[in-house]
Amino acid sequence: MFFSDLFRLTTSSLLAYRMRSFLTGLGIAIGIAAVILLTSIGEGLHQFVLTEFNQFGTNIIGIQPGKTQTHGASVGVFGSVRPLSIEDAEALRHVPGVEYVTSVVQGNAEIRANGKSRRVTVYGVGAEFPQAFNLAVQVGNSLPAEDPTHSRPFVVLGAKVRNELFGTGNPLGGYLHIGGVRYRVIGVMEPKGQVLGFDLDDTVFIPVDRGLELFNRTGVMEIDVTYPDNVSADSVERGVRRILTARHGQDDYTVISQEKAMEVLGSVLNVITFAVGALGGISLLVGGVGILTIMTMAVSERTGEIGLLRALGAKEHQVLTLFLGEAILLSAAGGLAGLVFGIGIAQGLHILFPALPVYTPVFFAVLAEASAVVIGLIAGVMPARRAARLDPIEALRTE
Amino acid sequence: MIEFTGVWRTFKVGDQEVAALRDINLELLAGEYVSIMGPSGSGKSTLLNLIGLLDRPTSGIYRLDGQDVTTLDDAEQARIRSEKIGFVFQFFHLVPRLSAAMNIELPLLLAGVAPDERKQRVTQLLQSYGLSERADHRPDQLSGGQRQRVAIARATSMHPLVLLADEPTGNLDQATGKEVMTLLEQLVSQGVALILVTHDPGLGKRATRQLRMVDGQIVSDTRNEA
Repeated sequence: MFFSDLFRLTTSSLLAYRMRSFLTGLGIAIGIAAVILLTSIGEGLHQFVLTEFNQFGTNIIGIQPGKTQTHGASVGVFGSVRPLSIEDAEALRHVPGVEYVTSVVQGNAEIRANGKSRRVTVYGVGAEFPQAFNLAVQVGNSLPAEDPTHSRPFVVLGAKVRNELFGTGNPLGGYLHIGGVRYRVIGVMEPKGQVLGFDLDDTVFIPVDRGLELFNRTGVMEIDVTYPDNVSADSVERGVRRILTARHGQDDYTVISQEKAMEVLGSVLNVITFAVGALGGISLLVGGVGILTIMTMAVSERTGEIGLLRALGAKEHQVLTLFLGEAILLSAAGGLAGLVFGIGIAQGLHILFPALPVYTPVFFAVLAEASAVVIGLIAGVMPARRAARLDPIEALRTE
Repeated sequence: MIEFTGVWRTFKVGDQEVAALRDINLELLAGEYVSIMGPSGSGKSTLLNLIGLLDRPTSGIYRLDGQDVTTLDDAEQARIRSEKIGFVFQFFHLVPRLSAAMNIELPLLLAGVAPDERKQRVTQLLQSYGLSERADHRPDQLSGGQRQRVAIARATSMHPLVLLADEPTGNLDQATGKEVMTLLEQLVSQGVALILVTHDPGLGKRATRQLRMVDGQIVSDTRNEA
């Protein structure tokens, strides 16, 4: 039997019961559409979150004071935590492969300028902060590289702060009061928008040592080092650990590489995508049961035809192939319709709610269609085997 | 061509073994026109099913065209059915959703005959059975006689050695029945063996050789004097 004939025969029987085939195919279509829709949203979310996190670059290693204990013992047992200092940050410049180093301290403070005041997020940062985090200065300059422990009172404004306090006028050279200290405005950052709910434009950047003073802290909150693409995260991390352990005499800090964090986050998000996909899979399963039901009915109804085919010289496996072919064709067609629905609805939702990230990888579509075919195959096997094993005489007697 | 040696066919009905065929010894020649008559339950259809390889003897040997076909597996038997045997049924057994042409094409399609040759044979068959106009009609759009003609065309599409006809006119009126018989007998004149199972003595007598069965045994085997 040629494949084209198989296709012709199976299509003819599916078309002979149009309504029934349509409804059964619909069951699979709904299942596939649900899987595609849910995984598209899951994957969209995945991509969205990763882009949000990665917009500051992926080759970043963050160092925070204090050791994250994997077991329950108090840090007090092993001694107190030494804060990370600006000097620690400077020392990390000697780690091979490191490109930029910046320390960060952050807090809320009231700022005043031009007779207006505003509560904003104040970042105390090193001079290389913009380079390290892919940020650009729109007007003026970034904080100058100078002795990081005795810096001058300069401030770089976030785009929103500039608009609120200086309007459309030129803020450069103007003065800003933060916590009773007068800072001179030397630059304005490019607008960055919100990231995960934080408004990065409602911020001001001052030198880190002045940040420590402002918030009355002894150590910085985080030191970030970056490295070029051709350097491995592991080697940089090892270098960082070697220097910090030497300086602190113990392992009292936590190193988080963006790359590894993204791996963990990515796998968590994958699990979420998989879980919502599996939820959609339940309806796909129900669709499979529908195919099983219809094929079982078809075998009973067409017993006479099966007997005839056997009398005309059809081998058992040909009968099996015919019925299996019907089941698979039905589910594959339903699956294709489901793909169109699912992607259509996903894109429609994205147009209606632009905030909802939606992404359908081709791989998912292929996988969904493949699972539709497999479900058709599994659902079809039992009825098709029954058809193939019918006693031809008994079958012919049924009319 | 068809040779039965000591063939038994028994069925289990409840706890009892019922013999549908008892020790059948029979030889049918190539191109022979044979009728099998007998009361219901005499084993006519069982014999026909055995000849058509739809059933297996419980014991005994069946040789077809010189080959012992008793012990062949399903696929080999299917191949022999496809190549050497044609069936014509009382209830036509056409596939309702397929056109007349497609019904005729079915055995060729199952046997994997190339599409070009198939098309040629089907066109020829439609023509010789006067069905060219009806090629695209489905069975429910055909008369009884036309349906049986499609069935006969289908049965001969693979050029079988033997045609097995179980009450081929049982579902037709007199005139159409006669027409169908004429077609079948034409095939005999072309060298195809015809084995006809019937209740109708008038029909049975037309065959050159007449078998009579009672209780699973052949009780008489007569030939018409030519």
